Amino acid sequence: MSSKTTDVTVPHQDGDLERFPDPGIPEHKHRQADIDPKADKRAERQVVVLFTISVIGTIVALWAYFAVRPDGTVGGVRTSTMVLGLAIFFALAGIGVGAIHWAKTLMSDHEVVEDRHATRSPDDVREIAVQKLADGIKDSGIGRRGVLKGVVISALALFPLTIAVPLISSVGGDWNVGTFRTTLWKKGTRLTYDPTGRPIKASDVTIGSAVHVIPEVSEEYRQTGEWITEKAKALVLMVRLDPRDFKPFAKGRENWTYDGIIAFSKICTHVGCPVALYEQQTHHLLCPCHQSTFDVADGAKVVFGPAKRPLPQLPITVDSEGYLVAQDGFDEPIGPSFWERLR
Amino acid sequence: MTTSTPTRPSATEPTTPIGRTSDYLDNRTGIGHAVKEFARKVFPDHWSFLLGEIALYSFVVLLITGTFLTMFFVPSMTLSTYEGEPATMHGLLMSDAFASTLRLSFEVRGGLLMRQIHHWAALVFMASIVTHMMRVFFTGAFRRPREFNWLIGFTLLLTGLLAGFTGYSLPDDVLSGNGLAIANGVVKSIPVIGSYMSYFIFGGDFPGEQIIPRLFTLHILLIPAIILALVALHLMFVVVHKHTQYPGGGRKDGNVVGFPLFPVYTAKAGGFFFVVFAVLSLMGATMAINTVWNYGPFDPSPVSAGAQPDWYMLFLEGSLRLMPGQAEFVSWGDFTWSLNVLVPAVLPVLLLIGFALYPFLEAKVTGDNREHHVLDRPRNRPTRTGIGMAFLAFFVILAFAGSNDLIATHFHLSINSITWFFRVLIFVGPWFAFWITKRICLGLQRKDRELVLHGHETGRIVRFASGEYIEVHRPLDEQERWVRVNYTAHRPLELPAPTGPKGTKDKSYKKAKRWAKLSRFFYEDRIEPVTPAELAASHSHGEHDALPGGEDHALVAPDHSVDATEQSH
Repeated sequence: MSSKTTDVTVPHQDGDLERFPDPGIPEHKHRQADIDPKADKRAERQVVVLFTISVIGTIVALWAYFAVRPDGTVGGVRTSTMVLGLAIFFALAGIGVGAIHWAKTLMSDHEVVEDRHATRSPDDVREIAVQKLADGIKDSGIGRRGVLKGVVISALALFPLTIAVPLISSVGGDWNVGTFRTTLWKKGTRLTYDPTGRPIKASDVTIGSAVHVIPEVSEEYRQTGEWITEKAKALVLMVRLDPRDFKPFAKGRENWTYDGIIAFSKICTHVGCPVALYEQQTHHLLCPCHQSTFDVADGAKVVFGPAKRPLPQLPITVDSEGYLVAQDGFDEPIGPSFWERLR
Repeated sequence: MTTSTPTRPSATEPTTPIGRTSDYLDNRTGIGHAVKEFARKVFPDHWSFLLGEIALYSFVVLLITGTFLTMFFVPSMTLSTYEGEPATMHGLLMSDAFASTLRLSFEVRGGLLMRQIHHWAALVFMASIVTHMMRVFFTGAFRRPREFNWLIGFTLLLTGLLAGFTGYSLPDDVLSGNGLAIANGVVKSIPVIGSYMSYFIFGGDFPGEQIIPRLFTLHILLIPAIILALVALHLMFVVVHKHTQYPGGGRKDGNVVGFPLFPVYTAKAGGFFFVVFAVLSLMGATMAINTVWNYGPFDPSPVSAGAQPDWYMLFLEGSLRLMPGQAEFVSWGDFTWSLNVLVPAVLPVLLLIGFALYPFLEAKVTGDNREHHVLDRPRNRPTRTGIGMAFLAFFVILAFAGSNDLIATHFHLSINSITWFFRVLIFVGPWFAFWITKRICLGLQRKDRELVLHGHETGRIVRFASGEYIEVHRPLDEQERWVRVNYTAHRPLELPAPTGPKGTKDKSYKKAKRWAKLSRFFYEDRIEPVTPAELAASHSHGEHDALPGGEDHALVAPDHSVDATEQSH
């Protein structure tokens, strides 16, 4: 394609009935400052004022930094942020608006026309370029040394493995994805309040209340990073219903509740947010992230939203002292689905 | 080549200080070539060209404020009990990342300001990228020779999303931790390798103790380096191609009309950087954002309703919310397919990538292989404008769906009905947006034709001796007219006669037929620009005469049977 045909507005002969002629660049309109020396002076003064505002802004910003110290309260920090920020605003806006005002009122506003050339290189340049590459290929002899070519490509393709393999194999820790299936819950683990870790007496749970529950662990363990990871899997939401409100329990789960107290994993089976909102009237649990809704009275089945599976149920009972304990761990992996979940 | 030239004192030995400095520099860098080439380089003027500049400048602001923040932020998940300000956080167990975020907000003077400017600049960065892309799309600036620059810009959009997400997650507060939990759920839904991808990212089970340092390295090193390199490439291509310009008198594909870089654009663009920085400072000074001390350190247990991700992630949040759960199933072999998570996470991204390839599709169905430097007016490309609006509608609807809980609480509506409304709207809305936009474009083109043929209404009524009243119309001046007639109304590709051995059953013929069909979708409805012949006819024959032989100028495809000349009175 030649650059000649890139022009959609090829010049037209007079009397062309198909195309209007290009009228050319519009006539230049003079600005006030171009014709009136007073306006010119005024514009200059405005620019001077704007840059002066910037200088003042900088001075105020420096003063504010030293003088307006935050006192540690939210309000104090907000004040110092506001004063410093506003001063910086004036320091910057003075320069910006000043420069633009200068360009718009005082610098030449005569439009300039520059020619474009086709982006492609001209034919003669291309020829030389191709010739040079051909010369280089000939010099290297890559064309007739097939084995060499193969080895060079193989070597270059393989060497990144020396970095990638150690990196990738280390970056996933022990790669023991089986931990997705395990939680801290096991037979006899006491249910405790989140976050205090105080054991829960069955008699303290009133009908209609929802309790956020964590498994009982030592106080020291709850100060570790490992605990946060375990907690992210072990969270349980426990509610007490009037036992008559329950729909018939699934087979094998008849004894998983204690006196109307029922416990489910708090980790949503959609993408793993904590399902934290309990609606007493409807017995519905709502995930605030994507609005999956689970029916506590019906085995935490999904009644609305993007989740598919019910929340896993934690079988509970009471120990000899009347404290709530787990009968066992969860019988399925908690949280969002993954490929080998049922394997 | 003489080697003595550089050492021999030249005839024009510089005498002024500036002259001597320039001479010193040029002798060592040859910068004279660059100055000669670029100092008076011409740039066209239009407000919409500033959108890309806003993106560039907010990125610079991000680098400046980000550097400030790295001096005080500690990217570590080691837990300790906090002893500093504010009092509400006193004595809480938290990671170093969260503690240092509090310290740099409350104890480093100007720290909160920098953090807020940084966050606002990130939001503005993404917003200006998106609006800049819209400008480029709707004006056809992506056409040859700028297809690669369109793709570079698109990659910048994606890296910008990554930069935003990695940065948002750094403070290790409740909300950012929840965002990571969602990301983890999405990653786990990937078939076969999902679980291992999750371990790859978190170095173990979620959240583990690695993710913050990893995100930090991505956020302050890898991603900014990629963005910087792409920005450099993006700008280099702007220089190579020279800037596009809007249609108008004297503006051709063969020239560029505007103002010189030095001094006009040095002052305007340089000044505009300060304006952008100033506005971001004002936002950082007066508008609180991501007040992490109200959320508290990350704990997997609490979560607040109405929590929103930053706006550019809303479309993913929305699609996750709209997808019904039934899409998850267990296949033979007891493998779980979480399509209820995978589809809404992947589909919008695939659509975005399809959008990125649009320039190549359009060139193919237009049969257009020329260089374009004069922009299209959006109305003159009704189908393209319609497609752009359909895409926009799709993502805007998803973004609103991502706020369905806020809509529910603000307007006291049922969350379920809102979700159902959006589930239907996501299919209907984009088609409607396409259709209505295309109709509006065609209407505007007809309006243009009417204006060119009959001129402006003046409101002056004249009565003829015969008793006939007419309103006097003032003809357009040639500049006004030129803007409205200087475009090409493309026609659908013509299907070439079958040449292959199997005639119409030949594969190549069938392929050409499919392309011709697609081309018809693009260009069967079209409105031709007024020709001088038509204008002359309208003047000599009076207002209402149709042009003799007007059938030659199929204004609109026959199956739509709307003749623009008949529409205009």
